[in-house]
Amino acid sequence: MALTIAKPTSAIFAAGVAAVFGAFFGIFVGTASGSALLGLLGGAVLIFALGWAAVAFLREQERPARWGILILFVAGGFLFAGVPGIVLGLIFGTFFGWLVYYVASGRYRTGMPPYSTPRQVLWHFAFRTIAGMILIFLITPILVVMPLSFNAEDFFTFTPEMLSFDPAGYSLKHYRDFFNTSDWQGALWNSVRIAPVATLLAVGFGTLAAIGLSQPHVPFRRAIMAILISPMIVPLIISAAGMYFFYSRIGLQGTYLGVVLAHAALGIPFVIITVTATLVGFDNSLTRAAANMGADPVTTFFRVQMPLILPGVISGGLFAFITSFDEVVVVLFVGSAGQKTLPWQMFIGLREQISPTILAVATILVAISIALLTTVELLRRRSERLRGMSPS
Amino acid sequence: MKLTQTLLAGSALALLGSAAAAQDMANEMTIVSWGGAYQNSQLKAYVEPYMAANPGVTVTWDESSSQAVAKMRAQEEAGNITWDLVDVEAADAIRTCDEGLAMEVDWDDALAPAPDGTSPEDDFGDMLVSDCFVPQIVFSTTFGYRTDMVPEGVEPPTGACDVFDLETYPGKRALNKQPVANMEWALLCDGVAYEDVYDVLETDEGVEQAFAKLDSIKDQTIWWSASAEPPQLLADGEIFMGSAYNGRLFSAIVEQDQPIGMAWDWQMFDIDGWVIPEGLPEDRLARVMDFLFFATDTQRLADQAKYISYGPARASSAPLVSTHADLGIEMAPHMPTDPNNAENTFVNNYNWWADHRDDLDAKFQAWLAQ
Repeated sequence: MALTIAKPTSAIFAAGVAAVFGAFFGIFVGTASGSALLGLLGGAVLIFALGWAAVAFLREQERPARWGILILFVAGGFLFAGVPGIVLGLIFGTFFGWLVYYVASGRYRTGMPPYSTPRQVLWHFAFRTIAGMILIFLITPILVVMPLSFNAEDFFTFTPEMLSFDPAGYSLKHYRDFFNTSDWQGALWNSVRIAPVATLLAVGFGTLAAIGLSQPHVPFRRAIMAILISPMIVPLIISAAGMYFFYSRIGLQGTYLGVVLAHAALGIPFVIITVTATLVGFDNSLTRAAANMGADPVTTFFRVQMPLILPGVISGGLFAFITSFDEVVVVLFVGSAGQKTLPWQMFIGLREQISPTILAVATILVAISIALLTTVELLRRRSERLRGMSPS
Repeated sequence: MKLTQTLLAGSALALLGSAAAAQDMANEMTIVSWGGAYQNSQLKAYVEPYMAANPGVTVTWDESSSQAVAKMRAQEEAGNITWDLVDVEAADAIRTCDEGLAMEVDWDDALAPAPDGTSPEDDFGDMLVSDCFVPQIVFSTTFGYRTDMVPEGVEPPTGACDVFDLETYPGKRALNKQPVANMEWALLCDGVAYEDVYDVLETDEGVEQAFAKLDSIKDQTIWWSASAEPPQLLADGEIFMGSAYNGRLFSAIVEQDQPIGMAWDWQMFDIDGWVIPEGLPEDRLARVMDFLFFATDTQRLADQAKYISYGPARASSAPLVSTHADLGIEMAPHMPTDPNNAENTFVNNYNWWADHRDDLDAKFQAWLAQ
């Protein structure tokens, strides 16, 4: 595999690369303590000096040197910021120790073809760094919420006790609050009652509509399609206000059925789009062959067509479910207080009472979402394996 | 003779009425309130005792009071009244009453007299700012500050005017994202006499003067819109001082042990209470009136003060205010109406605001966007 032989690089180069990262992290440390520019310069200079010294004097003693850097960072972190500083020191110490020697030993070259130019190498790693930073940028807001949900206080605040990992700073009281309060339990129960039924309706109607609209002989196909997809394009607040007045006239406003129908209408476009996409690859001669062998259209649909478009139906259903489960605008209009769903309750909670119970709920929901997506993915792989579509 | 007959007939009718009502009262009620600790105090003081006395009645809460006017308009237009009793601020009570969205209430007929026999109308007194309004509490918008962020060698802030003093008290501030209270404070702290504030604010120059004063702290100000925000910002240390409802600050200081102090001077008084939507069916109206009679009597209003530091709106309730339900501390010193806290107070001029709100809202938003 390793076509390229690792060639050690100069201490200046390794320290320089590390200093770029040092400057970047220094910005954050600097901003937190007053001056971004000072942080940038300080980070760069500090990391450069450290990296240069390590490589210049201890190039061959990589393992002890990396431990040394780690200890230095942890001690420094503790001196400046106490116990929370230790954690930051651990992270940064490990990272910079690894980075300096990764560059200095030339190992970074081994994964690439020997003929790649410096510019290609630079781009190779810049690309990975940027991708990694985007990932961190996307995921940090979700991760930050999780420790806060174990806060012992009633505010969205990292208390000094939490930062010093004092057990007294943590508690499960917001989870208890969620499981013991009738408001939250009622909201959870409403969501659980509404979302699956809305999903079933959306999947049923959406799949039928997609199949019908994929028949070439249907007149005004494009216009009908556009109308059916419009709930996705029209601003939600407009659909919501329209539904409110329409449902009020026919007595559906403030009823369970009304909310289910409204959510089904929002979910249908997702099902239509995903099912239409899978139908593009569907060979219509299969249905004709089935008909030729005496199967009626219903049998044909369930035995031939349905299994083939199932992935589209399932992912459409998943989107419809999440739409209903996450939806707050329409339910605020169409529902009454008796149909208070989980997002509604969270919305109220954020507006009227900023309580970490919301964060506890968010953490639970994130865990459920991960579990749900993992299950679907595992099921998909299993069915592919069973059908011999995947080599493994 | 004639008079007695009328009276007799009247009371017989009233008796008949109440007997009939007891038979066909709806068993479900949707009560609209503000959520949080305040709604909880209403649950404990009014709703739970009422449900204990009337088994079979269920209450659904809707935390929509902040959009009460808009939603009552929509329900009226759609001809579909889903709310039974709505908790609103005085200004919103005036608006809904003027627009015919809320029902007029005959206080002496619908509410319980004080224990000493004082009529409800006299007992509530000045609090009855609108014909549709049944007051519950007096609350105030006042200031909280971080005790650990007061600069060394400086007296802690005492009131609204300290928010404009960036030299003595540097740091971020938080103010409500609306003209009400902020405009008055700006003028007052710019040297306008208390009696003249609304007269000055009525002129264009007065509005300019208020904005100029607010300009001096604009870049240091975080604007809040949900009442839970300022306690959160204070607990976070994100701001040095900020305006907030006194009950929210009380709960942060006393129940949550946050290092926050109160600066009461020139607190802005306001009233909160019930309105009944116009157009309720008979059976639901009967239930609401029954609940309202119970929930606004002297003892019930005093009970609410066990759970939150808002002053009861009835004069006869004040002597009955006792201790906090869980912590056992005296509630009276934490009330906005306590003499120690109420040296300089500002009474929100609801009627003035009812006329000028739309205009100043637009100007305020334009100023914010500059």
